Amino acid sequence: MIELLHVTKSFDEGQNQVHAVKDVTLTINEGEVFGIIGFSGAGKSTLVRCINLLERPTTGTVTVAGQTLTSLSSRELRQARKKIGMIFQHFNLMASRTVFGNVAYPLKGSGLTKQEISDKVHKLLELVDISDKENAYPSQLSGGQKQRVAIARALANDPSVLLCDEATSALDPQTTKAILLLLKQLNVKLGITVVVITHEMNVVKEICERVAVMEQGQVVEQGDVFTIFSTPEQKVTRDFIRTTSNIQKVEELIGKNNAVTLLKPGELIVRLSYMQRNASEPLISTVSRQFDLDMNIIFADIEIVQDAPIGGTVAIISGERQNIDAAIEYLLQKNVGVEVIEDAGVS
Amino acid sequence: MLEFLNSLIPNVMDKLPIFYAAIADTLIMVLWSGAISFVLGLISGVITTVTKPGGILENRIVYEVLDKVVNLFRSIPFIILLTWVMPISRAIMGTAIYVRGAIVPLVFGTVPFFSRQIESALAEIDHGQIEAALSMGSSPLEIIFRVYLRESMGGIVRGTTITAISLLNLTAMAGAVGAGGLGDFAIRYGHDRNQMDVTNVTIVILVIMVSLIQLFGNRLVKKNTH
Repeated sequence: MIELLHVTKSFDEGQNQVHAVKDVTLTINEGEVFGIIGFSGAGKSTLVRCINLLERPTTGTVTVAGQTLTSLSSRELRQARKKIGMIFQHFNLMASRTVFGNVAYPLKGSGLTKQEISDKVHKLLELVDISDKENAYPSQLSGGQKQRVAIARALANDPSVLLCDEATSALDPQTTKAILLLLKQLNVKLGITVVVITHEMNVVKEICERVAVMEQGQVVEQGDVFTIFSTPEQKVTRDFIRTTSNIQKVEELIGKNNAVTLLKPGELIVRLSYMQRNASEPLISTVSRQFDLDMNIIFADIEIVQDAPIGGTVAIISGERQNIDAAIEYLLQKNVGVEVIEDAGVS
Repeated sequence: MLEFLNSLIPNVMDKLPIFYAAIADTLIMVLWSGAISFVLGLISGVITTVTKPGGILENRIVYEVLDKVVNLFRSIPFIILLTWVMPISRAIMGTAIYVRGAIVPLVFGTVPFFSRQIESALAEIDHGQIEAALSMGSSPLEIIFRVYLRESMGGIVRGTTITAISLLNLTAMAGAVGAGGLGDFAIRYGHDRNQMDVTNVTIVILVIMVSLIQLFGNRLVKKNTH
């Protein structure tokens, strides 16, 4: 659906060139929700602007829905852009127009009659669930409502792609959830391909099927969200995952000599993390029974990503040392990540 | 009443026809050069904005030339400009004197000022809105009319108010080319013949005119703010 081939974007800043995007090659499939995540300055906003050529790539080609945008005339490009909706962090609604006026904006000159435009706008407002605000001005709306209007406006010309540039970054957590849910619904209902730019891993976790991680203008890692979450390869990816999970906090507790994590001789603390979609097996009780061990779960953080549990458990294991070793062996065989955080040693 | 006015402002009452003619001359100068300057300044301000580096029709040469020309005319004191553009005035209007002769210099004095006012009004439009319009496939012309001009209506009205008042000021100098008007009236009689009441009445009339312009402008701004 969207194909970026060796896309590079550089800006001249005085004497030196800044490479905002460096040689990015990316394929986004039709009908998927694709996330692009990166810390600020990673080049993700520039990259998404390269998709509809708001920023023309310095080199490389951009193909959307079979059209190579980088080789179109400006008139053809404008036509192509009508089929690529975009929403923004700060909504960018026009203050002098009502909600109706904003959504009707892109429909002018589309060949529809006044009545048809009016019908279309009402349908769109219904779709994003904001019909009651039709005559309000943007200044009278909350952030979430503004973004709904912006989404309706972006969908006006029935685009096949919706680009979301930090669309939830200016919203509170609850509103963020609602907007993400709406995007997901639109994806399912309309079959529209959604590209989500964000610096929040939660957003990716919530709605994306695949994700690309950006750092310093490059895509350093990409894949389906579950794999990225369970087996992140790059440090930046792990940093992002850490922001969404509390499982790393246990180290802080150990560092502080918290009573919860104090070990008796012969015990050890392990972190078990689920790498595959098999957490439904009762691993902990199986291990405990089979190897005659006591496992005291002191911390667990398991979430559902793409309909499979992901995350891990931190537990204190006590028992015979050879049994413990055998248990760890067994868990590894079951593709559970085992990390010994602290070992009190054999007494 | 008449008696009272006769004793309060004897010199004005003495030459009422000249006084009315002076008001008429001022209004004619403001309206004519104002209307022409509005159109030219609007065009110039819009062109400057869109051809700026990073603008939707970025064009270095057009921008630099326009910017320099505006600066040039902005830096010439109006009293000098009045005489400097006389040849152009003669070429366009057929004369360089009287009210007809004053229109051209007034336009030259006002367009650059108004152009800057428009520029700053348009600069208040958040770039995000332009970006949004581009992402929806709007053409540059559409963006100018449907986003820039429409969204900055409040700012444009405000700039127009300021410019209209400054134009009214400039007309006071037009007497130097024999254009008449209130400024000329005040200088000729109020100052030269030491008839203070003439000057005072002129000031009152100008204050009323400025207040009306401001009042009208504020009303319009309010109507265009949501």
